[in-house]
Amino acid sequence: MLRLLSFTVFLATWWIAALIAGPAKLPPPPIVLAAMMTEARSGALFLNLGVTLARVALAFTLAMSLGSAIGYLMGRVRLANRLGDPWLILLLNLPALVVIVLAYIWAGLTEVAAIAAIAINKLPTAVVTLREGTRALDAALDEMATVFAIPRWRAFRHVVLPQLAPYIAAAARSGLSLVWKIVLVAELLGRPNGVGFEIGVAFQLFDIPLLLAYSLSFAAVVLVIETALVQPFEARLSRWRPRAA
Amino acid sequence: MQLEVDIESKTFENAAGGRQHVLAGINFCLGAGEVGVFVGPSGCGKSTMLKILAGLDHDFSGRVSRPAGARLGMVFQEPRLLPWRSVEENVRLVAPHADDAKLSALFTILELNAHRSHFPGELSLGLARRVALARAFAIDPDFLILDEPLASLDEALAARLREQIATLVGSRPVTTLLVTHNLDDAVRLGDRLFFLSARPARILADVPIRTPRNARGDAEIAAIKIDIARRINGDRIERDAS
Repeated sequence: MLRLLSFTVFLATWWIAALIAGPAKLPPPPIVLAAMMTEARSGALFLNLGVTLARVALAFTLAMSLGSAIGYLMGRVRLANRLGDPWLILLLNLPALVVIVLAYIWAGLTEVAAIAAIAINKLPTAVVTLREGTRALDAALDEMATVFAIPRWRAFRHVVLPQLAPYIAAAARSGLSLVWKIVLVAELLGRPNGVGFEIGVAFQLFDIPLLLAYSLSFAAVVLVIETALVQPFEARLSRWRPRAA
Repeated sequence: MQLEVDIESKTFENAAGGRQHVLAGINFCLGAGEVGVFVGPSGCGKSTMLKILAGLDHDFSGRVSRPAGARLGMVFQEPRLLPWRSVEENVRLVAPHADDAKLSALFTILELNAHRSHFPGELSLGLARRVALARAFAIDPDFLILDEPLASLDEALAARLREQIATLVGSRPVTTLLVTHNLDDAVRLGDRLFFLSARPARILADVPIRTPRNARGDAEIAAIKIDIARRINGDRIERDAS
């Protein structure tokens, strides 16, 4: 209910702002909706959204799995931390644009280059979060697992992984929002399709209804994924807590 | 199974770079099925000793021998349950092959049947201790370590848990090592009592109790305590223990 109300407020604000600014700068909702419907009918909207989502999914999975593994290793092994730390700092502070441009130069304007560039941008934040989580692991529970001779994999699954779960969720949450942003830049710079590419085209043609149509459809998809996937996942992980934070 | 322990010394390096001598001479042998109780002042190094015996700390000079493949069950001072697993899952995690009938019997003895599906965060300390005890017994241990299992429980609760421990230890032969600073608990549960000195800890006295555990009434226990107090010149231990 509250969500509906806030959506209505958003629409109303938009409409009023459109009236003040004039349709050339900010078209009112019906015009944008019409543009959206045209794109949807031709199939272009779904194709572009689908392509972008596929890139997000691939880059996100790649960065999360690799980043979690590296982060866990750096949290557990002092040498790995020593070796990895300078790289981590470098990657953390490298602007996304630099990574994307270099990836396109070195690997060509290819799908692999785009996905790798997005993944590399997200990787260091996952590493840092998971390293923090690994450092916070409860040594007392490790001792318990050792005393009871719980096999390594079983101990990892039941003792270690639940402790890391909030960190994984946090890395996923922040990582996803980062990937949503970077994927469009990567598409704008070097891909022939996707939401980012369409927004680039709309920008060059100064087609504001098309630009907004793609931006809002994309935002809607992000919202749906956040509420339908990320939030239930987090709630499930913390169900054992007496009061969920 | 028999436990032979000869720890010559154990030192810690503290933050300031100095060396702290924690254990000075822990030399004893515990026969199969025997319950050895360690009594000593707080901070004397009991927990350090237990860590070495449990195989968690290998950095000491001396020797600990227990038969290879012996199953070790341990009840830590704080229960160390997994807060994200229910009581039953916590027990089954360490004993995946335990059958339902055995777990039921165990839960019945420890009065945990009503709490099987609860999470540890919902349990009182006394209950959580009992779950930790259930977990240690679920694996059919050959060797059992109990680190102050009755500490910070009120008298009635401690007495009940003591009965339950006695029942479990009596139900099958398991070499047990129990640490406490309560002489009463020690005398009620132990077959042999070891008295530890202040840090660096060494064994001051090794006192066997001949009367079987279930034949010890209040009168016998009082007599044993007096006997112990006489043996360990003076009343120092009694004062520490009360």
